[in-house]
Amino acid sequence: MSGVPAKADLELDCLGLLCPFPVIVLGQRYRGVKVGGTIAILADDEAARVDIPAWCRMRGQEFLGEEPWIGPNGHGHRFWIRVCE
Amino acid sequence: MILDNAREVTAECLDVRADEVTFTSSGTDAVHRGLLGLHRGRARIGSRVLLPGVEHSSVLHALDWTGAPCTEIPVPLTGRVRVADVLAAREAQQDPVALAVLQTGNHEVGTLQPVAEVAAALADLDIPLFTDACATMGRLPLPGGWAVAAGSAHKFGGPAGIGLLLVRNRARWRNPFPTDDRLDVRTSGFENVPAALATAAALRASLAEAETVGARQRALVERIRAVAATWPDVEVVGDPDERLPHVLTFSALYVDGEALVDALEREGFSVGSGSACTASTLTPSHVLAAMGVLTHGNVRIGLEPGTTDDQVDRFLAVVPRVLAELRARVGL
Repeated sequence: MSGVPAKADLELDCLGLLCPFPVIVLGQRYRGVKVGGTIAILADDEAARVDIPAWCRMRGQEFLGEEPWIGPNGHGHRFWIRVCE
Repeated sequence: MILDNAREVTAECLDVRADEVTFTSSGTDAVHRGLLGLHRGRARIGSRVLLPGVEHSSVLHALDWTGAPCTEIPVPLTGRVRVADVLAAREAQQDPVALAVLQTGNHEVGTLQPVAEVAAALADLDIPLFTDACATMGRLPLPGGWAVAAGSAHKFGGPAGIGLLLVRNRARWRNPFPTDDRLDVRTSGFENVPAALATAAALRASLAEAETVGARQRALVERIRAVAATWPDVEVVGDPDERLPHVLTFSALYVDGEALVDALEREGFSVGSGSACTASTLTPSHVLAAMGVLTHGNVRIGLEPGTTDDQVDRFLAVVPRVLAELRARVGL
């Protein structure tokens, strides 16, 4: 995936959290990241694939993309966000 | 004879011919028979089906059952299909297309679809259109151009357990199920005659007051939409203009759909939701997902013909307070 940094300024592990909690965690934590910084959020709730890009649109943040994630106990996606304001 | 009468009244209401009307055992049954029969009738031409992701689950299940290859027509945030996207979806395929599917309106978000325009564009390519008219039948005039359509009686105040299958005489439709040796070969079993008659009467009554009731509901929904758009972190869903008169949907950030539905219920409002947290499957509404709108904190309201201004006022006063309370629990 292009445009994605090797390491994000904030890494959030939301594995096992059901909707709407991954987005709630994002809402609680994103203000701690400076403008232009990035967030990587790991989630396995199915709704996250729709709701995280929707959150970016509604909150004026930039959605950079997603990539599949496979771990020892399951699979999900890692989502990348750039903080805009 | 009574059945013929019911058929004629129904045909007149929907501006089709009486021999194009079949009473089925439900709206779902009408969708299945209509869609699968059109697909079978086109078997010699092709198998692929074009459809947007916002179609009703009865359509998705029927197509899944056939195993036919499907191509999704993308939709913008409003959920309203664009003719150019239909044509692009067609052009992207090498194999022949059996048919396309497009609902008249969406039951969850209220968006109306440009059925006549899409049907006309597809007619130039010799591709017939199946339309699921369940959400609009009895409320809005049936658009033209489709080959096969389906409706559901209880949606317009008719009895439950009866659906309407409309097959245009020019359509190449073949029974997808074993034939029953009856007068109307498009269905099976003995028709529920009293229910068919009640359906025809309900359809006529519903259409007679549709314009008056629809205008009132439209004005109320417009007011709710305008106010809801000012609530913080709330997205009003569905096409702002091309929509069903009585349906309103919005999604609120950081709110559990089930908690929101329960809280509104305690305040006396009965609402639906497309949020995963309200469903046993943990899967969010496929309609909201196809549109790319927030799936959590989702609320769907269907206005009754008798919904009053006062009820709407109270709703508009209650929702922001409920949202603030629910968000406060998670510090947002």
